[in-house]
Order: sequence, then structure tokens, then C-alpha cells
Amino acid sequence: MSALPEIKTDVVILFAGDSGDGIQLTGSQFTATAALYGNDISTFPNFPAEIRAPQGTTAGVSGFQLHFGSIEIFTAGDACDVLVVMNAAALKADLKQLKPGGIIIVNTDGFDAKNLKLAKYPVGVNPLRDGSLGKYEVYEIDVTKITRTALADSGLGTKEMDRSKNMFVLGYIYWMYNRSLDNTIEFLKLKFKKQLELRDANIKVLRAGFNYGDTVEAPMNRFEVKPAPVSKGTYRSIMGNQAAALGLIAASQKSGLTLFYGTYPITPASDILHELSKHKNFGVKTFQAEDEIAAVTSAIGASFGGSLGVTASSGPGIALKGEAIGLALMLELPLVILNVQRGGPSTGLPTKTEQADLLQALYGRNGEAPVPVIAAYSPSDCFDAAFEACRLALEFMTPVFFLSDGYIANGSEPWKFPSARELPDLTVSFAKNNLKEGEKFLSYKRNEKLAREWATPGTKGLEHRLGGIEKENETGNISYDPENHEFMVKIRQAKVDKIADYIPLQKIDNGNVKGKLLILGWGSTYGSIKTAVKEAIAEGFDVSHAHIKYLNPLPKNLGDLLRNFDKVLIPEMNNGQLIKVIREKYLIDAKGLNKIQGMPFTSAEIKEKIKEIIA
Amino acid sequence: MIEKTEIKLTSKDFVTDQEIRWCPGCGDYSILKQVQTVMPELGLKREEIVFISGIGCSSRFPYYMETFGMHSIHGRAAAIASGLKATRPELSVWIVTGDGDSLSIGGNHLIHLLRRNFDVNILLFNNEIYGLTKGQYSPASPLGKVTKSTPMGSVAHPFNPLALCLGADASFIARTMDRDPVHLREMLKRSHQHKGTSMLEIYQNCNVFNDGAFEVFTEKGTKKSHTLFVEQGRPLVFGENGTKGIKLDGLKPVVVNIADVSLNDLWIHDETDQTKASILIRFFNDQEDKNALPRPFGVFYTEDRFCYEDAMNAQISEAITSMGKGDLDTLIRGKNTWTV
Repeated sequence: MSALPEIKTDVVILFAGDSGDGIQLTGSQFTATAALYGNDISTFPNFPAEIRAPQGTTAGVSGFQLHFGSIEIFTAGDACDVLVVMNAAALKADLKQLKPGGIIIVNTDGFDAKNLKLAKYPVGVNPLRDGSLGKYEVYEIDVTKITRTALADSGLGTKEMDRSKNMFVLGYIYWMYNRSLDNTIEFLKLKFKKQLELRDANIKVLRAGFNYGDTVEAPMNRFEVKPAPVSKGTYRSIMGNQAAALGLIAASQKSGLTLFYGTYPITPASDILHELSKHKNFGVKTFQAEDEIAAVTSAIGASFGGSLGVTASSGPGIALKGEAIGLALMLELPLVILNVQRGGPSTGLPTKTEQADLLQALYGRNGEAPVPVIAAYSPSDCFDAAFEACRLALEFMTPVFFLSDGYIANGSEPWKFPSARELPDLTVSFAKNNLKEGEKFLSYKRNEKLAREWATPGTKGLEHRLGGIEKENETGNISYDPENHEFMVKIRQAKVDKIADYIPLQKIDNGNVKGKLLILGWGSTYGSIKTAVKEAIAEGFDVSHAHIKYLNPLPKNLGDLLRNFDKVLIPEMNNGQLIKVIREKYLIDAKGLNKIQGMPFTSAEIKEKIKEIIA
Repeated sequence: MIEKTEIKLTSKDFVTDQEIRWCPGCGDYSILKQVQTVMPELGLKREEIVFISGIGCSSRFPYYMETFGMHSIHGRAAAIASGLKATRPELSVWIVTGDGDSLSIGGNHLIHLLRRNFDVNILLFNNEIYGLTKGQYSPASPLGKVTKSTPMGSVAHPFNPLALCLGADASFIARTMDRDPVHLREMLKRSHQHKGTSMLEIYQNCNVFNDGAFEVFTEKGTKKSHTLFVEQGRPLVFGENGTKGIKLDGLKPVVVNIADVSLNDLWIHDETDQTKASILIRFFNDQEDKNALPRPFGVFYTEDRFCYEDAMNAQISEAITSMGKGDLDTLIRGKNTWTV
């Protein structure tokens, strides 16, 4: 038996292997188990664009990084403590992520001559044998051989046996961190409820992995990561796309409107469609349209009929929807557009993360076309942000952008979820026919929020025609009158500006309200900035953090808040987009910190910049 | 089903206060008039009718109909109507479009609407030209057509619009013309009666940019010999005094003199026969050709096929039956939770 487990406050594990190795499943199972145990956790799946990229090559490496701890966790971790590699390519691709002195768990079967060649190691070089891993703690296990031995009597073919390799690794990691297998066993029972031999094989191999830890002759240390002191309450684990889907359903339920989701498959937004499609018992209508344009226009049609019309895509698809978003703005109908951003331009980096569509959301349409924009900052915040986007769309009769990105869309974290009762009521009152004899319905008459009334087909006496052509104030009739056009452009802008009266003021997330340096972030950089600022403050630096959720209109107090700091730093995963808006609007000499590598910031990168600026 | 209206409406009830901005003499006036005439006969409430259009001369149509309406963006009416019908199946939804709007920029939406078979009606105003953009050739313009954008004649092979629709598995396909009000009204009623997507192509004269494109079919002197009006169960007969007929020689249509054949030998129109419909729709010859087959009008094909919105709603009912009506707390909570 091994010695007493070593206590760790937090651990980062990176599982890496071929995209067919079941890495994502292994990672998400460990995540669920750690979350159930009470650790705080954050994950970052990182996979190639191809479903089955060339086997054994670095291009085909799929990774799942997870960071769990007995402390508050805000990111998936800058570097990993434990690297699990299923083949040589995985080691080659991800070794740079491992901390010095870190642990490498190696499936030796993935380091045969063929795999070494595929990973492009020079002939005769085997990193396991040439001493190059000397500064790490390496554990070699012939996972394939042990898995096959464990399943010798199962009657399965070698190919099928080898598919459970990931369960061996998972079992072994469970042993390392002294975790129960129960949650994964339950999962396997459900997943293979119709393939009992596979169910039994996977459970057997999972147990074999766990037992291997106890019986192996060269034992490694075991570790203990205690539950995190998070605030009291009931939690679940949630991924960003899943949270966005639930937020939409919640808005549909709280507004009493049918949710119509028109979309076209695109990475990394498709999982929202998959999630929503499962919930038809909420009356959710998902429509997989023929293209991005049909996706948005079908949603506009649904909104015209009195439903909650929603469309979603990623950057390239949003570009195609541009004209229709302008139509929704002219029609002044509610519409929610989700953009799960990915690396661009054009096809760009479909499976990698980026924040480069902010300016597209703000300005990417013909004409003067202001659209409110809300950005989610974490996986669970996708729920709140999606719900809030629906609220604004319904209250102000306008298209609204929701922005997330690949990092938080696929990442997961524990979520102290709300009860339905706590969510605000979004009940809508459609226009009623209160017209006196001979009186005409004024389809563009506005209320105190400058929103027009929503008059839906079926309402007798309110028959009216909407269109994309400029319309006369109040009547909605076609008008080419010069003064009227200017008036309408200004009033559509004023309506969006008015939203600032109905959103929260900007808060400082961490640090003093006045000081030397403010880190101003938006979207998925939250975790990295939060961690960096927290550490920097602990080290005595005068730095604060504010994170903008409402990007259009901006919170009313933002200018004053910014002016309380000597310097403002805006980290973004783009070439500088929010910074343009801030500099233009507030005439502040903000500085940018930009990373455009398809990967999130590490907190170290941000902390380094903080030190550089303040020193 | 939509209830019968209580107060009898007249065509005037469908006229709006908007000034009509089509060119004087445009075929659109006749179509508007016939649509307004037919509407009261359909037994619909005005507020449950929606006209949706894209962009183009024809797409101004909704402004002139005292119903709910939307003049949207180029080519997208079919997709907008799909979203509306998916969520409001009880509405009577009419798509007004042109040959540029639906066959060119909106071609994708058209074919997908047809395969999905939402219960909506398409009125395709075909004038074989781009009118609103002032006279460029359209995907329906004949080869060699001289227009502003094709001064040496178009080199693009045109669509046979209805063959395209049949290829997309349209469940109702018909053709009529602006200059035959009686037939136009009849076809409008048939389109409305059909459950599923109805495609009604309407030959419409653009007297400014493509005047006379269809005159051989519409003018008294030539109409009878160049048109073939098909009716269910009736032989295919045309020509001055009905002296000519169509016979099928295998799958090849042949023009015969009725005097030379027995009536039983003639092609009897069966609008439920997709194979025959595909032959009929291919009667698309240039009428200057001496051996040209006449251009057919009427209902060519109709099929009883489930509608997308019905199937969509059936799945929702089935989900509610099997899983129970969704409970928001249960959904948000998920399957695995832990309490701190």
C-alpha cells in the first residue's frame, strides 16, 4: 500500500490522445465525479476540427484539461500537474503544457515505432528512452495490454476491447485522487443499457484501472483534494452551450411564449441545438433550416407570429444573417441571436476560441443598425446572459446579440442554479384592439421605453403591414421623406440607448474602486483575469478588475468608473476590439493585451502584464 | 381549422388605404384584383390571413392587402413563412414572390419549403425579367434575351420553374395567367384548398421591361392554339374549336387531330400522376417552333402528403405524453446535483 495521500489545494490534469480515444468522455466523467465530491472545477476541452483526424498525428490530438481544487477555481489552469498521454503525438503536442516536475502517465503501447513515426520523432528517438523526460515523474503503463488481459474472457474482439482503454486510465486517475467509481459506473450502465457486454467490459476495465493503482509494484503517490469552501447551496455541473439552451427555455417559460429556434449546424454552436431538441416537452420548436439565412428569417417569421424567435451560429453564419438582423431591427420585432464565437476570419479556426466578433455584433450590418449586445463571461453565466438577452428583446422589441465563445461554450463549471421562482417574470402583453370607430392602428407608436406594440396575426382590427423599407413614424407606412428617415434612424438609436436605464450599473469585480490600474475585460477572459488580479492583489499590487457584460449599450456609470484609475488595461482574445469602443466613447488612453492564438489567456500572462505596467 | 366568418366580407374589405405604386398597365393589378375578389369566398377571417413577400415589384403586394403582412428582404419570404407557419399553423399564409425573388436569390428557400410541405400558398408572379431593378434578365428569361445586362443576349439556360418545383417534390403545382381572371380565381381557390405547399405560377406581363412576353398565350388570336387548359379527368384538348389533342406515345407527347383519333386514345389528365405531371410540365417549348407543344395551364400535380408543421407539433405532443409537460425546475436542476 502507498503512503498517506499528499494534500493538494488544486490540481490540473490534461488528458490527451487521439481524437478517437474517448478523451472528451474521460475528461467529462472525471469532471462530474470531482464536482459531485464538492471540488470547485473548471474545464477546457480542446479538440481538432476533424472528427477523426489522421490517427497518431499531432494534428489529431484531442485534449481535455480540467482544474479542480479545494479552493475557488476560475480557469482550467495555465499549466498542468498531470499529463495523461495515450500516444506519442499527444506527448509531443502537449508536453509544453506540463509544469516542471509534473507527472506524466504514459500508455506505452502508443509509443511503438509506428506511433513515434506518425508523431514525427526522428528515427530511433523515443522520448521515453532518451532521458528527455528527466525533469518529470513518468509512469509507464501498457494500457492496451492490461485492458486486453482484463477482457480476455469477454468474447469481445480486440478492436472493441481497445475502445475501453480510456476507462482504464480513468479508473487509474480515480485511484490517484481517491475518488469513487460510482458515478461513472452509473453513467456506463445508462450509456450501454442496450449493449450489456460493452457495459460490463467498460465497468470491468474501469475497476481494473483503479485496482492497478493499488497493486502495481512501483507505486506512485496518491493525492487528496478536499471539497472547496463554496457558498452554501445546491450545485450541478454545466457547460456553456447547455446553459445557454436552458436560459432560452427558461425565458420561454417565464414569458409564456413558444421558443422557436431556427439554426443551421455550425461549430461550436450546434450543441445548443442538440440540447434544445431534447426538450420538446417544453413546447420548444427547433428548426434545422436549409442555411443560415433561413435560420434567422424563420425565427423572424416566428416572432412576427408572437413566439420567442431565436437563432444561433458562429461568426461565419452571423455574417450571412446580417441583412436579416437589419430587417428584424426595422420591423422592431424581438429576436435573439446567439454567436458562439470561434477563430476567424472566414472558416478560421472552427474548434478554437476567439473574441473577434464583437465589432461584427456592434456594427456588422448595412445602414445605421444598432443592436444591443450581451456577453456571457463563464459557462454558467451563459444561462443568465441568454435569459437576459430574451428579456431585452421582448421588452424593447429589438434583435439582441448574445455572445459567448468556444472556451466557455464547451467548458464546464459547477453552477449554483436558481429556482424557476427566482427568475424574473417576462410576461408579454400583446397589442389589443382598443381602437375607436374609424381609428387606425398605429403600428409604430411607442411606449416609454420607445418600444412599439407587438400586434400579432389573429388580432382582429390590428391588421397591418411591416417591412424593411423605411417607414413613417407611428403609422408605419412606407416613407421616403428625408426628415422622417433621419428621425427614424435617431429614434431607433435612442431606443437602444434607453436600455441603459434598465440594466445594472457596472461594478468592480475585485479590488478598489480607485487606483493605479483597472483590468477591463468582457466575455470568457473572466476566469483568467479574476485569477491574475486576485493573485496580484495578494502580492500587494494596486490593481482592480471590472468585467463588462452589457456591451451595447454600455452601463451608464462606466465612464466615471474608468476615470477613477490611472491606467486601464483591456485584455482580449482578438486584435483589439473593445478597446476601440472604449477609447472612442470615453477618450481614455486604454492599453490592450491581445492574444489571438485560438487559446484562452493564462492567468500568468495577465499577471505578468499587470506587473509590467505597475512596476 | 379556421372558423367561417360571421359578417360577409367583400373584395373592398381587402383594399388598403395605400397608394398602389406599380406602373400603369402592369399585370400585377389584375392579380391583386382577383386575389381581393377571391378572399371573401374562402371563408377566412381577415385577421387570420398573412401575406409575406420578398423584394421586387410583386413583393409590394402585402401593402395593398388589408390583412396582416410583411414585405421582407430579397428571397426570404419562404423562410419567414416557414417560421410563422411552424408556430401559428392556424393562419392562412400566402407568399407573394417573383421569378427573381424565388428562383434566383431565394431559390434555396423555395426548394426546401416545397420538400417540407408547410401548408402555405406560393403565388409566383413570373414576368421573366427583373422589373424593380429596371430590366435585367432573370433565371426565367429565355436564352438569347436582350436586356440591359445582356445586350448581346442572355447566354444562361433558363429554369423551367415548375419542373424545378416538381423536382423538389412539391405537393401542388399549377399555372395560370394575369389576363384570364376566371382561371386565375379558380387556381387561387385550388391553391387555398390544397393542404400543403401550393405552388401557383402566374404568368404576369411587365409592360415596361418585358412587354408581350406571354402574349402568344394571352391574346385572343393566338391563345387557343398555344395554350392547353387541363382539367381533372378530361382529355388534353386545345386549338381553335378544340380540334387538336395530345396523345401519349409511350412517354412521348404527340399532337393529333381529334378527327383522326378516338377520344379514348387521348391523354386523360390525372393530377395525381407524378410521371404524367413531369411530362406535362416539360411542355415548355419556344412557341415560335413549328412543332411546339402548347403551354399547359391548370393544376398539373397534387399530392396528399403530411405537412411539416403537423409533424413538428405531433412530436411535441408525443414528447409531452411520454415525458410529461416540461417542468422548469427539473430541467434546470438536471440529473446530478450536490449540496454544500
